[in-house]
Amino acid sequence: MLKGDPLANVLYIDLSKKRYRVEQREDLFEKNMGGAGVAVELLHEECPKGADPLSPENPIIFAVGPLTGLFPLASKTVAMFKSPHTGNLGESHAGGRSAVAIRTAGYGAIVIRGANDIPGYVAIHGSEVHFRDARTLWGMRNSFTVGRIIRENEPAAGLRSIMRIGRAGEKLIPYACVTTESYRHFGRLGLGAVFGSKKLKAVVVSGKHSLPVGEGGGGFGAAEYRRVYDQIYQEAVASPVMKKYHDLGTPENILPLNALGGLPTRNLKDARFEGADRICGEALAEHYLGRRLACSHCPVGCIHIAALREPDENEPYFYKTSMISYDYELIYALGSMLGGSDPEGLLKLIDRIEVYGLDAMSSGVVLAWATEAQERGLISDEQTGGLRFAWGDYPVYLEAVGRIVEQPNEFYAALARGVEHAASVYGGKDFALAFGGNEMPGYHTGPGAYLGFLVGARHSHLDNAGYSIDQKVLTKRQVGPDELAREILKEERWRQVLSSLVVCFFARGIYHPETASAALRVAGFDRAPEDLQRIGTEIHSRKYAFKVREGFSFDDLRVPVRVSETPSPVGMLDSQYLQAAVDYVCSDISRTGC
Amino acid sequence: MRLSVVDTERCIGCQSCMFACARRLGEGGLASTCIGVRSIGGMERGFKVVVCRACDDPPCASVCPVGALQVRKGGGVRLDAAKCIGCGHCRDACVIGAVFWDDETNKPMICTHCGYCARFCPHGVLSVVKGKNVESAGLADNAGKAEKARKAERVEEAEGAEKDSSPPQAGMAAGAEGPDGGAADATRKAEEVEANA
Ligand code: SF4
Ligand code: SF4
Ligand code: SF4
Ligand code: SF4
Repeated sequence: MLKGDPLANVLYIDLSKKRYRVEQREDLFEKNMGGAGVAVELLHEECPKGADPLSPENPIIFAVGPLTGLFPLASKTVAMFKSPHTGNLGESHAGGRSAVAIRTAGYGAIVIRGANDIPGYVAIHGSEVHFRDARTLWGMRNSFTVGRIIRENEPAAGLRSIMRIGRAGEKLIPYACVTTESYRHFGRLGLGAVFGSKKLKAVVVSGKHSLPVGEGGGGFGAAEYRRVYDQIYQEAVASPVMKKYHDLGTPENILPLNALGGLPTRNLKDARFEGADRICGEALAEHYLGRRLACSHCPVGCIHIAALREPDENEPYFYKTSMISYDYELIYALGSMLGGSDPEGLLKLIDRIEVYGLDAMSSGVVLAWATEAQERGLISDEQTGGLRFAWGDYPVYLEAVGRIVEQPNEFYAALARGVEHAASVYGGKDFALAFGGNEMPGYHTGPGAYLGFLVGARHSHLDNAGYSIDQKVLTKRQVGPDELAREILKEERWRQVLSSLVVCFFARGIYHPETASAALRVAGFDRAPEDLQRIGTEIHSRKYAFKVREGFSFDDLRVPVRVSETPSPVGMLDSQYLQAAVDYVCSDISRTGC
Repeated sequence: MRLSVVDTERCIGCQSCMFACARRLGEGGLASTCIGVRSIGGMERGFKVVVCRACDDPPCASVCPVGALQVRKGGGVRLDAAKCIGCGHCRDACVIGAVFWDDETNKPMICTHCGYCARFCPHGVLSVVKGKNVESAGLADNAGKAEKARKAERVEEAEGAEKDSSPPQAGMAAGAEGPDGGAADATRKAEEVEANA
């Protein structure tokens, strides 16, 4: 790496002692580059074996990469922690302004340890770290308001990131998220609850550091920098994929997935939703799209914000307009999965979940399970406190979300712990749609998707995009379980490189190994494309090493029966085939030595 | 020629323009950018793009006690960094906040209207316009005018290749426009294009 690149700085913050220090960790960044690679090493260093995820000993780690602030689309921050939801590896990525803010504040990574005794937030402005009182903000119902207040209290507008939690995080709900810049999320696996357990309401980061490029910053460096930049930028703005994400955003995928028969509907009793055309990207854009936004240093701008205008119930001519960010996963989890085709109801539910700071996918899957469980008589009206869950009934879902957060009785407290837990108490495991303890994403595309959820290091569809292999390969030809497993592993290992360079996965088609290598050279890292592949494999096995250390075993993986009851675009799911593929992954991972 | 903000409603807040301005000096990050994009109280409400609007009679220059800001042909100013004493009066005088500050050198950074950033605005918010008439270009909100502005930008783009191959710029740390800085060079070249067009 370049001499004097602030990337090597790791900021260690101790909330208990209200102290901080900076360590130069060239070793860490030289070997692992940044992002996921650096974060997983820090997690090994900082998280004691068997740590309680909601105790002060669980660290929160944020890491960015060498390309952040230098090249477009290197715009993600990787968060790592031990997940209170799965009790194992917790990893979540978010964009907004967070990555550029951390990098220009002069850090490659931030480690937060200990816990506040009273609610507080941390403001990091360049080399200064302030421990601020957040007692007034604690308990506030609306996380948007919290953001607004912090915005007014802190300097550096336009150059800062405000990562905060809502009520869900304060209440330690293990699928609470951390929200940044109002509309981006460290969603899955419960970083919000880890913040909450530390009485940490928010982390603000800003900075103005300049970043060096090229061979010691000399003449060649600058010209080469601009050359590589222009190439990446041109590809980003010219690529049809990028145009697609700008025009309709990820919801563009609703109709194709539905036509294919891969859109989970009514708790996956179906995989086609008759109401899809009312909540698809096209419909939402036509009737509600109010603004498009981008993360810092992303020319694409995939963030789509709906403007929902609602009349006041009591006063005529009194309206409120809410700005609500929507994406494919939200439309799946809170729309089709709940049988909801009323776009306004859907937007209100999205907004409510945003206000509380819950993970949208987990929330949707939990509500879908509750609806089916009540339908089947597993839970009574008494347990639900009089609520009757019914497909598409948004007023009931809106009320239920509030109860999940406030947990007035045992039933809602169980829902607040996730679908796996709720089903272990009330039954209905066969239709409790979680993999490795994490609620399912919106792809019923075939065995690739399910293998991906099962063996992905964080049980996310983004780990290895198995759903994409289903659509691109399995719909055309038969593939044996071993080949499927190899494809999944190959993709997941390459994605370790992308998430160590913190490149947005939507730009994976632009940052192929050669481009990544050229960009890295400008940032002072000499890594040939083959080196990158090797580093990806290493990072992947470091993640698995952590998982195994914390008790993960392939033998414990559970496949809900439901997924093999509903036909997928490539036919009925064959559980033996899936098991064979899992076995292959298991032996491959043990071989690479974790 | 000068830089013009055509339509902030199209702005997605990507900050590509800000990074471009810093990169023009061969730098990553945002420390030396002369253009600022920030939300109007929350991103959902949209953005404002803060950049020098090339005043015909620039207040920033009038208040400079040492004459370090020279009025530029076509509007705006040029900084003579050697003269500047870092008093900050210019920053106070520019009511739109277009005088940015270099904390390292303790001197102002003001847009030189080179137009580099406009080439990296993916959504047509920024463009480079000819001539002096600030209002007609700056407030253009109908398609005809925007299109005209974009045409001007294309001329600029065609010239971009040449600008890029210009020798790496010296005096980078001295802010936007050192006395012998390459940024000024780029501007001069761009102006020639305009004259020839
Ligand atoms: S810096 Fe401000 S005052 Fe000076 S010319 Fe530009 S807009 Fe006018
Ligand atoms: S800071 Fe420099 S340019 Fe600005 S008014 Fe003072 S001397 Fe003039
Ligand atoms: S025109 Fe040139 S100097 Fe002005 S903001 Fe754009 S890139 Fe920077
Ligand atoms: S590049 Fe264009 S769209 Fe992006 S922030 Fe700048 S003005 Fe806005």
